[in-house]
Amino acid sequence: MRFFFKSSTQNSREEFPSSSMKRQRFTEPTSPFDLVSDEIIFTILDLLSSNPIDLKSFSLACKSFYSVEAKHRKLLKPLRSEHLPTVLKRYTQLAHLDFSLSPRVTDASLNIISKACNSKLRSIDLSRSKFFSATGLLSLATNCTNLVEIDLSNATELRDAAAVALAKAKNLEKLWLGRCKLITDMGIGCIAVGCTKLRFISLKWCMSIGDLGVGLIAVKCEQIRSLDLSYMQITEKCLPSILKLKHLEDLVLEGCFGIDDDCLAVIRYGCKSLRKLDVSSCPNISPSGLSSLTRATSSIQQLTLAHGSPVTLALAKSLKSLTMLQSVKLDGCVTTYDGLEAIGSCCVSLSELSLSKCVGVTDEGLSSIVKKHKDLKKLDITCCRMITDVSVSHLTNSCGGLTSLKMESCSLVSRQGFILIGRRCHLLEELDLTDNEIDNEGLRSLSRCSKLSILKLGICLNLNDEGLAHIGTSCSKLMELDLYRCVGVTDSGLLAIIHGCPDLETINIAYCRDITDVSFSSLHKCSRLKTIEARGCPLITSSGLAAAVVGCKLLRRLDLKKCCNVDDAGMISLAHFSQNLRQINLSYSSVTDVGLLSLASLSCLQHLTVLHTNRLTPSGVAAALLANSSLTKVKLHALFQALLPERLLKRLEVRGCTFEWREKIFQAELDPKCWKLQLEDVMQIVL
Amino acid sequence: MDPEDSLCSSEVWTKSSSFPNIDAQQPEQKWVDTSILDYAMDQPFQEYEEQTESKASLTRSSNQQIGILNKDSDQMNAAILGSKVQDWDPRAMLSNLSFLEQKVHQLQELVHLIIGRRSQVLGRPDELVVQQQQLITADLTSIIVQLISTAGSLLPSVKHNFSAAVPLVGQLEPPLDRVLFASESGTNNGVVQSQHGDGTKLPEVPTQVDESSKYGKERIEEHESKDEEDADESENLPPGSYEILQLEKEEILAPHTHFCAICGKGFKRDANLRMHMRGHGDEYKTAAALAKPNKEASYETMLIKRYSCPFTGCKRNKDHKKFQPLKTILCVKNHYKRTHCDKSFTCSKCNSKKFSVIADLKTHEKHCGKDKWLCSCGTTFSRKDKLFGHIALFQGHTPAIPLEESKGTAMSCDRGERYETANKLGSINFSFGSIASGGSSVETIAAADAKGGVDDPLTYFSPLNFDPCNFGGYHEFPRPPFENAENAFSFLIPTSSNYNQKSGAESSCNNLE
Repeated sequence: MRFFFKSSTQNSREEFPSSSMKRQRFTEPTSPFDLVSDEIIFTILDLLSSNPIDLKSFSLACKSFYSVEAKHRKLLKPLRSEHLPTVLKRYTQLAHLDFSLSPRVTDASLNIISKACNSKLRSIDLSRSKFFSATGLLSLATNCTNLVEIDLSNATELRDAAAVALAKAKNLEKLWLGRCKLITDMGIGCIAVGCTKLRFISLKWCMSIGDLGVGLIAVKCEQIRSLDLSYMQITEKCLPSILKLKHLEDLVLEGCFGIDDDCLAVIRYGCKSLRKLDVSSCPNISPSGLSSLTRATSSIQQLTLAHGSPVTLALAKSLKSLTMLQSVKLDGCVTTYDGLEAIGSCCVSLSELSLSKCVGVTDEGLSSIVKKHKDLKKLDITCCRMITDVSVSHLTNSCGGLTSLKMESCSLVSRQGFILIGRRCHLLEELDLTDNEIDNEGLRSLSRCSKLSILKLGICLNLNDEGLAHIGTSCSKLMELDLYRCVGVTDSGLLAIIHGCPDLETINIAYCRDITDVSFSSLHKCSRLKTIEARGCPLITSSGLAAAVVGCKLLRRLDLKKCCNVDDAGMISLAHFSQNLRQINLSYSSVTDVGLLSLASLSCLQHLTVLHTNRLTPSGVAAALLANSSLTKVKLHALFQALLPERLLKRLEVRGCTFEWREKIFQAELDPKCWKLQLEDVMQIVL
Repeated sequence: MDPEDSLCSSEVWTKSSSFPNIDAQQPEQKWVDTSILDYAMDQPFQEYEEQTESKASLTRSSNQQIGILNKDSDQMNAAILGSKVQDWDPRAMLSNLSFLEQKVHQLQELVHLIIGRRSQVLGRPDELVVQQQQLITADLTSIIVQLISTAGSLLPSVKHNFSAAVPLVGQLEPPLDRVLFASESGTNNGVVQSQHGDGTKLPEVPTQVDESSKYGKERIEEHESKDEEDADESENLPPGSYEILQLEKEEILAPHTHFCAICGKGFKRDANLRMHMRGHGDEYKTAAALAKPNKEASYETMLIKRYSCPFTGCKRNKDHKKFQPLKTILCVKNHYKRTHCDKSFTCSKCNSKKFSVIADLKTHEKHCGKDKWLCSCGTTFSRKDKLFGHIALFQGHTPAIPLEESKGTAMSCDRGERYETANKLGSINFSFGSIASGGSSVETIAAADAKGGVDDPLTYFSPLNFDPCNFGGYHEFPRPPFENAENAFSFLIPTSSNYNQKSGAESSCNNLE
């Protein structure tokens, strides 16, 4: 026990396979923990909570720890709802239930929850679950009187009756109803009347709810802080009552095609509290409509105008009244020099600017902005292909405090440009240089950004191990590294990263064909790894995989597509060590029935993609599918649809599993350089 | 109608009734007394005289036999007939009859003559035919008048009819019943004909028409007032700017469809109403007014009329402190039926809603099942925005979801049983599963109680006031009449019951206009 306690205090780095833990039960007459009050243990547990495996180990230590952990636990993320009665008996203090991992939650389950948790339950997430109806929600709403948050996104089958049931949850403050397409004005009207304490509501994609329902929400729920009305069929009729909300801070009107200039022109009441406004993809709002909107909402700090009208002088002038504006997002807009120049002069002080995929962003335009806004922290110029070193020079000169720079496909920026970035922007935390001309010198310069946590170097063909070594030696805080199709990267480069960046959570080495088991097996040192994408690395074998996964206990996503040397042996060790694996892609690999079946011990596995593996038999697949009770999404070759028994498929569907049948033909892998050339050809045709 | 006129004419009546007492030997004096009336009496005969004189041989033979008539006009004749009523003289009768016989013969010959000439003259047939018709008409008229007078001398009671009929008959074509009932159109025809027939008589024509119409009116009024006495009782109470009329219950509930705009009397047929309207004044006697119910012109000149409900205590009753009159007779009818009568018409679709006015039922049936926008208070709306306006306005009210959809919820919740019973009653196809439990339901009930506490019988006005079934406290919630569901302010109804009623009455008026 003492040993265990040590392990917990050592920032919970050391984990033990649960099987070995069971053997470590001590029978000491007195334990030091008898002298420690529950509160202190609770504090210790709070420190452990970052790693679920630590908590599990803790509770398995002894009976008292077991009960303490049960008493302490507030959040539960069950994988299956079948064992709910016993689980809920154990954890009596649960306040938050997250069912995003259990696809099947029936009315009976909700009934059990409402009886067991009653007034203690504060939030429940049912966004990924199916099979519950209004009846279950009713018992939840009536028994769990302190329910504050409920996420019902993607409940596409729910009707107004469910909304009526939900309306009984008087204390509800946060409600997600995204994609509840069958709930109408009547249902939302009931919610508006019943849940008057609502502060946050998302009605994204609620196609059956119109002005009346939204208007009633605005009238009845005066406490609303955040309102997401994306892609709804609303017009100006509900806007006045929305803008009368005294506490509204965040309003999303993305993709509301019904809102046009005429609607906005009639707005009289301003919303003084509004901080964030998103009117992206509203094609019917022109600068004049926007100016009448901004006049009414002068306190906006964050404005999103993505995929809207062209960024012209008129649009920029409409932003003039927004004196507190800090963030502007113009993704996908057509821009002019005048517009950008005016944005630079109209806005007082921008800290965030997004021009992702904007057409017409020139060096002059961008320079005029960055010269004036020296406090810029985040800049997104993804696919602004006319940008050259001139802009980069201006940017780096004035915006030394940049923390995030996304410049995917800025192909005209030369190698010197990236050297400038590394030299002047030391505070960068996020850098996206996908598909750029950066070379080893650039990486060496960038290695001065010691705070770098996200680095994307996909399709940077000028790189090799030398550059990565610079990153590995100085960017110890790197959490995400993307080396997609960086064909120059080999084992030594990856090893440098692995040694230098122990906090790595996501790594993408897809199509880095030269990476072998030598470096891949070292991945076990990155114990926080959650995502490994090793697609198209033919030199990785099962032994390499087995060695890697020993340390990656938190691994959630693993892509081994086209790793043709990975076979059952790798699967067996994977199934043993990476108990948290949620998603795996084994297409084109050498996995057979045995390997697939061994994955059944992964109790969290939800997404399984197995295409183009000629070593699988229908009976093997059937057995694997049956054994893997947590599966929610399976991609298989269309041949299996006919070969698998229909009753089996039905049974799996009842369990909450959906199938995607693919009929893609087997594709031979292209040479990486050839792939890039092909891509450029395609782009020239498009342009 | 002008009271002076009627007075004057009644004087004439008394004079003419005393007619027989006046000495037959002093005809000059008597004619002065009877004044204008006498023209009516003498005119046709003068006309006849002239016409007959043109055919000298025929007239002379008649003159020889009946001295008195021969010497002068038949004014004299009438006077003599009248004077002989008391002591009936068979010889006079005989002479009269033989005179009539001669006249018939003369007419016969005239017609023969016309037939003979018709074949010769083809040049101007229209003029000639008109003249001939007028001649024959005049002759026949005089014959009829004399026949009547002869018969009238036998019966003292007929003398009124005689004297009344005379002026009219003088202008009329033969059919006897029409003459007796003094059809106005007939009079007009007569005028036109006489104008054509004899230009010299032209200045006298208007007075004739006036006089005859006075007579007709007087007769009709005397007749009608008997049927109508109960209906007109309130007509002598004109307070302020308008006149208040109050019909009796029986009159309101009579199956009439045509109502007099002046006195409110009802008729089954429009023709009867038009006949009745003649009694209200000259303006209704024109051919246009009688031919078609073209009342608009005459409305303007009339005093504004308002109606009172005969139900004592009703706000629409004229004795009520806050009396609010009803605009039209149809408003009276609909108001009385809706408010004070049983609802005998049941909707065949929902079998729950009942109406006392059949038009209401028909309107409801049009929308029955379509009024799907339902509030937890039981109010239905035909439009969703009206429901949401209602909900936005009232605390605790919430949209009610139709039962089919909320079945699962309703049955599993505490109130499931109640809904089941409600369904068994077959009342409404909606469930109140959405009625908020706890705080908001208390509010709703409180609101309902407050409403029920208002001491105003008019809350019961609407035919839809109550649901036939009990929804646990919500049955007390008044329902506005369904017509108001279309009204933009229909959600205001529970706050003012007066409005409720007014709008109901008005809407019914609109419907019926």
